[in-house]
Amino acid sequence: MKNSILSILAIACAMLGSVQTVSAAGDVAKPKQMDWSFSGPFGTYDKAALQRGFLVFKSVCASCHSLDKIAFRNLEALGYEEAQIKTLAAEYTVTDGPNDEGEMFDRPARPSDYFPNPYPNKAAAKYANNGAYPPDLSLMTKARKDGANYVYSLLTGYKDAPEHVHLMNGQYYNPYMAGGVIAMPAPLSDGQVGYEDGTATTVDQYAKDVVHFLNWAAEPELEARKRMGVKVLIFLSIFALVMYGVKRKIWHDVH
Amino acid sequence: MAGGQRQKFDNPVVEWVDSRLPVFTLMQKEYGVFPTPRNFNYFWNFGAIAMFMLVTMIVTGITLAMQYTSSTSMAFDSVERIMRDVNYGWLIRYIHMNGASFFFIAVYIHIFRGMYYGSYKQPRELLWILGVVIFLLMMATAFMGYVLPWGQMSYWGATVITNLFSAVPVVGDDIVTLLWGGFSVDDATLKRFFALHYLLPFVIFAVVFLHVWALHVTGSNNPTGVEPKGKQDTLPFHPYYTMKDTFGLIVFVIIYAAFVFFMPNALGHPDNYIPADPLVTPAHIVPEWYFLPFYAILRAITFDLGIPFTEVVLIEAKLGGVIAMFGAIVLLLIMPWLDTHPVRSARYRPWYKKTLLVFVFGVVVLGYAGSQPADKVYWQTCIGSEAACEATDAHHGAADATGHHDVAEKAPTVLKFDNTMLAQLFTIYYYAFFLVILPLLSRKEQALPIPKSIHEAVLAKSKAKETK
Ligand code: HEC
Ligand code: HEM
Repeated sequence: MKNSILSILAIACAMLGSVQTVSAAGDVAKPKQMDWSFSGPFGTYDKAALQRGFLVFKSVCASCHSLDKIAFRNLEALGYEEAQIKTLAAEYTVTDGPNDEGEMFDRPARPSDYFPNPYPNKAAAKYANNGAYPPDLSLMTKARKDGANYVYSLLTGYKDAPEHVHLMNGQYYNPYMAGGVIAMPAPLSDGQVGYEDGTATTVDQYAKDVVHFLNWAAEPELEARKRMGVKVLIFLSIFALVMYGVKRKIWHDVH
Repeated sequence: MAGGQRQKFDNPVVEWVDSRLPVFTLMQKEYGVFPTPRNFNYFWNFGAIAMFMLVTMIVTGITLAMQYTSSTSMAFDSVERIMRDVNYGWLIRYIHMNGASFFFIAVYIHIFRGMYYGSYKQPRELLWILGVVIFLLMMATAFMGYVLPWGQMSYWGATVITNLFSAVPVVGDDIVTLLWGGFSVDDATLKRFFALHYLLPFVIFAVVFLHVWALHVTGSNNPTGVEPKGKQDTLPFHPYYTMKDTFGLIVFVIIYAAFVFFMPNALGHPDNYIPADPLVTPAHIVPEWYFLPFYAILRAITFDLGIPFTEVVLIEAKLGGVIAMFGAIVLLLIMPWLDTHPVRSARYRPWYKKTLLVFVFGVVVLGYAGSQPADKVYWQTCIGSEAACEATDAHHGAADATGHHDVAEKAPTVLKFDNTMLAQLFTIYYYAFFLVILPLLSRKEQALPIPKSIHEAVLAKSKAKETK
């Protein structure tokens, strides 16, 4: 019996092992492995980091990248009050309409509005970025392998290009990017964004915070999911123990 | 199933219904007192687990369909809406998404059980064939389901797989047009895939019904492969197996839940969180893990088959791959006639056991090969002058980074073992196992002594335990 269970596990593991997908061509650097507060079965987001990360996103990344899936009202999860969100949203202008006269009009954004796109369309985004399209960041940490570590490594990994790599105008060297060449200039520099809580204003810290924020944007359900998961596993484990007892009792005189 | 002599039920409501439509009698007969071999091990759990997974998939699938939109412009966003704005939408979606993987895990183990203990043999051939039909339907369902979120892998996976059908002689292109509903994978494709993805699980349900019906005609096989000979060999299904199955099921669900709650995307491909873009091809298009062994067989056929020493091509590589892939499943279908050895269980067939375990290993390796790029090199050596070899090496490194090609004047011989060869090697074993080993063992293999009855086997086992 034990043998068959072991072999089942062995087969299952072997299958999982085979799942590993390929990394992109060329020698891509393996992302630095960071210690995120949201990883692990009990992981949670750090609200202060989320707010700082949002600040970095809003003042740096948002000038090129969209964040389509996030509405201002969602920012409540970062610990902002309703009033704060109203003021925050009102900093942005969105186009609404048509009104009663059939005209489109601009108005300040409301909490129910989604984060505005920096460019009117994809062509404009490409045109402004040397032909490269800055992808939407709402799902970025899920859309790359080892996403959070990857984005962190990418943001902090810019280097001078080694000799054999020839960069064209508007290209930069980054060993973490597939192929080593990226069209995004290093977006972060020390002291670029002012923090009010006294946290260090370094590239490294900005990168950590903005990745924290982006991971939330990609998986806003993460905390609820893990909390529920712990409860479900505890329940199932007890259920399994009870069923094991029931099964043994019933089978007692058969063996 | 007919009325006949029906035993009365004490509960008047039950009795009223049962005397008009004997569903309770049926349940009692098929799941209550149904005589079941007493010596099942936990491998016999996976049929019930597969059933649980099927129901789980149907329930979560219908719930998702209430919010999903099957147009190319909205599919991706509608899934994200489910993840973010629908109450517990993330839960339903992750259960469904990982459920497909765990359904396949259960069914792969279930099929392995059947192979190991010879459950496909007379008189259970039709039961087995119905199982393979379920397996095929599951693959079709899962493939179409994966297209629905309309991410990059959805789109490109659909493009690669539907294109395969163009290899079919004469009608190939028409089949592809029919699958697409147009001239490329597009809105019409997504819509028909959604309709079919909704339909097929119910077809599976119907075939499972036939599968279980057939099971209840022949009765279950068991680890000894010896048919039960009387009451001392069996137990009533309830409570013995209902309770044992529930215990096993919960252990399975614990592993499943760990994935759903703590690593919901571990079994998927990150590219599917990028919206589909017909203008950007992903670096490597890989199917879901449960298709990888078959994908490897498909890609293993890299050569045209023709008449030797002539230019005549009979089967092009692409068609060859498709035939090899579907052939791999046809072999499962006809397995009862390839293995005609009188002994069922691998326990008493040392050679069958060894070759079968190598077969399982081979399928796992094929799965690995399917996940890797075709030209990945595992081992290589260079025969020739040192300088010439170095030149090929340098050329290799530089080509990656800059795309320069400096061809050395006198090319040395490079021997290598790459991913395609790995896939070819184990594809050969896959086919040889069914077409050579099974028929050969059927005639030659000397089986170990088999127990006279299940009862005797169980007694021998508990005695061995006591003396220890
Ligand atoms: C000057 C405009 C600009 C700014 C500012 C900018 N990006 Fe980018 N980003 C781009 C462009 C253009 C690309 C596409 C690069 C490519 O495809 O080579 C890109 C790509 C990316 C990628 C995807 C890399 C990949 O694997 O494909 C990530 C992640 C990213 N940016 C994160 C950020 C973050 C985080 C910030 C803010 C700290 C930021 N970007 C600020 C222009 C910008
Ligand atoms: C939707 C998927 C499936 C479901 C829900 C399902 C369900 C079941 C159930 C409930 C049983 C009885 C319990 C057991 O013996 O484990 C069973 C038996 C069996 N199934 Fe399946 N099955 C599925 C797929 C398959 C497939 C794909 C195959 C083989 C290719 C298969 C082959 C068999 C065989 C041979 C038996 C009889 C086994 C024996 O008595 O030893 N099944 N199935």
